[in-house]
Amino acid sequence: MNPSVATNKASRSRIPSGALQQLLAFASLIVLIIVFSVSSSNFLQFSNIVGILMSTAVIGVLALGSTFVIITGGIDLSVGTVMTLSAVMTGVFITFWGMPVPIGVIGGILTGALCGFLSGVFVSKLKIPPFIATLAMMMVAKGLALVISGAKPIYFTDKHAEGFSKISLGSVFGVPFAVFIFFGAAIIGSILLSRTIIGRYNFALGSNEEATRLSGVNVNFWKIVIYTITGTFTGLAGVLIASRLNSANPALGQGYELEAIAAVVIGGTSLSGGKGTITGTVIGALIMSVLTNGLRILSVPQEWQTVVVGLVILLAVYTDILRRRKSA
Amino acid sequence: MSEILVRMEEISKSFPGVKALDRCRFELRAGEVHALVGENGAGKSTMMKVLTGVYTKDSGTIQYKGREFAPANTKAAQDAGIIMIHQELNLAQDLTVAQNIFIGREPRLAGLFIDEKRQERMAQELLDRLHLNVSPRTPVSELTVAKQQMVEIAKALSFNAQVLIMDEPTAALSDSEIEDLFAIVEQLRREGVGIVYISHRMDELKRITDRITVMRDGAYIDTVNTADVTADQIISMMVGREFYHSVRTDIVSDSGEVVLEVKGLNRGKTLKNIHFQLRKGEILGFAGLVGAGRTEVARAVFGADPIDSGEIYIRGKQVTLRSPYDAVRHGIGYLSEDRKRFGCIVDMDVKTNVAIASYRSFAGPLGMMKDGAIARSAEQMVEKLRVKTPGIGQKVKFLSGGNQQKVVIAKWLARNCDILIFDEPTRGIDVGAKSEIYKLLDELAAQGKSIIMISSELPEILRMSHRVIVMCEGRITGELRHDEASQESIMRLATKHMA
Repeated sequence: MNPSVATNKASRSRIPSGALQQLLAFASLIVLIIVFSVSSSNFLQFSNIVGILMSTAVIGVLALGSTFVIITGGIDLSVGTVMTLSAVMTGVFITFWGMPVPIGVIGGILTGALCGFLSGVFVSKLKIPPFIATLAMMMVAKGLALVISGAKPIYFTDKHAEGFSKISLGSVFGVPFAVFIFFGAAIIGSILLSRTIIGRYNFALGSNEEATRLSGVNVNFWKIVIYTITGTFTGLAGVLIASRLNSANPALGQGYELEAIAAVVIGGTSLSGGKGTITGTVIGALIMSVLTNGLRILSVPQEWQTVVVGLVILLAVYTDILRRRKSA
Repeated sequence: MSEILVRMEEISKSFPGVKALDRCRFELRAGEVHALVGENGAGKSTMMKVLTGVYTKDSGTIQYKGREFAPANTKAAQDAGIIMIHQELNLAQDLTVAQNIFIGREPRLAGLFIDEKRQERMAQELLDRLHLNVSPRTPVSELTVAKQQMVEIAKALSFNAQVLIMDEPTAALSDSEIEDLFAIVEQLRREGVGIVYISHRMDELKRITDRITVMRDGAYIDTVNTADVTADQIISMMVGREFYHSVRTDIVSDSGEVVLEVKGLNRGKTLKNIHFQLRKGEILGFAGLVGAGRTEVARAVFGADPIDSGEIYIRGKQVTLRSPYDAVRHGIGYLSEDRKRFGCIVDMDVKTNVAIASYRSFAGPLGMMKDGAIARSAEQMVEKLRVKTPGIGQKVKFLSGGNQQKVVIAKWLARNCDILIFDEPTRGIDVGAKSEIYKLLDELAAQGKSIIMISSELPEILRMSHRVIVMCEGRITGELRHDEASQESIMRLATKHMA
């Protein structure tokens, strides 16, 4: 190749394409915040901002987990109901079996991890397409949550469960713990994805699974690891939502997976795999809740809020496609 | 002499960077079976694709039944009665025989519904004409490959074929099935159909064809009457007069350490009873025509495809290689012929591609990656292998083919692999970069790496190999020392049909 051509192409790709999408997402977030704060004086009030962050926490943690699977080029449709199952199991451990709160919390998170592990086994060892494997997991988890709880919410009202609601609702300077947990989880997720061997294989799998396999990488093992990570974050989200409501409601959760996936996509992670960041997902999750919150403050009916969120997803994915077409 | 059906003259066709056809000619008479032969890449398929409207010629003339003919697409050629039956059959497996024959041209009832009855009757007529004992209602998936091929022929007849092009029609057939096919070819010949027969099997050509046209490197060599030539004469026309002498002077002694030994390897219909040994510091060439099973051997040894039976020994110890992961742990590296899909991850940068096979050695506590060490290792490799890249952060897709190949080599060297399997190491690489790769292979062998080199380019095989193994149809048909190997001796083994 002509060297001048090579450098030319190199300079064109100097801004990593993922970063551009992230920048766009961040800019949209700022624009949204400005628009809403101009149109309503209530928007920038401390209590409203805390409200936004609080409502981001659960979906955000789910989206963090989903980011990993989506970067492999897969998908996890089960995060919504696995979150519910994790919440229910936390209730079972603490309320039914009288376990100490910390043990119950760990049990809840492990429930999510186990579900993720199983999905990973189905996808990698049994070669079931991720969409189908996790669709099945979604239904199994939903059913189990109903069966185990007897289709009734489990309340954390025992004397020894007193501290449980603090996990989400306890606060420092008026900022609830759930928000800190969300950002803490984001930092851990970001380190996992960008600094560890898991993250490296995660991107490699998503970019070209067969070439990765032919490089002698134990692809099945790493896929299971990645689905287990997604499951672990899902379990954490289950604990957060149970703590926030001080109950585990088995009827809740379905549909959350789609909001999580939407946040991931808005954040610039490509559904075809190989590209994505945790920062992007955090921004994506914030855009979703700022949008819903702002529209509510402007008294837009809830039905229309959903329509707007749908359009935003369309727009986000379309800009991604435009950008990729240009760079191709 | 019967009427001339097709006359192609002075046909040229170029693709970016390659002159695929250079003033080629071909002639086909009615009621003639005319063989088209040549090595891989000689231009046979391109020539036939020009005739069937897949490609448009750059220059030259085609006459069909005495008239100027320039098919705009395959449909135009089909409508004119020129049909090609490809090696990979184009049948919809879940549809019936009749549905496949008339797909897209189904007889209608009231313009909306398919007249299945009439369709089956029409199919039955075609099948009868071929004396084919198959029901038009049978799903194609229930037929043997041979029968499916007959269905393709029936489909061709339904277009009122006057020119039938058959690409390696017997490749997947057993001996008795071949007899059936020949009976049909014979019948079509009597009916006045002109048949172009592309095959490498000399015994078949001698038996069934009337004339043979030889092509080489995109050029027309000669057309001869089959009765006037021997198989050896055809082979020397295919490979050309000029000899590429081996430049090898070093001989790896027969007593050198055997690093890899394969015994009795079988895999489905693609590999039959493969035995070979690879010695330390040796370049072992694998020659053969496309589809001979060379890549399949490489993938089986590398654990990329499962095997039915067979034993693999590495330095005398038997090993089980169920996945590339196992193979790489035993020091085997595979460089695919398809670099962009299987060799490197083109959307990722040079350092990632160099390090990916050895990530585990770059991972510290808690799996944290030592990016400094990765960068240093990549820098070293880039320098050592003389990879031309603006930097180790460059995406591999922006590198040239030769440099991509070097990145893949670097990947295996970083992993300390000492058995390297190169599958078509210079495919898609320009001439200058080719000699770079050759030099590199020689250096690696001199350093004691053991190399298997699969190549379809005979000059490359002759120049690089200490020993040559020749394959044909899933079997090893011979082994040649570099001083015994010549284009003729290899081609003879590569066309040795042993079924």
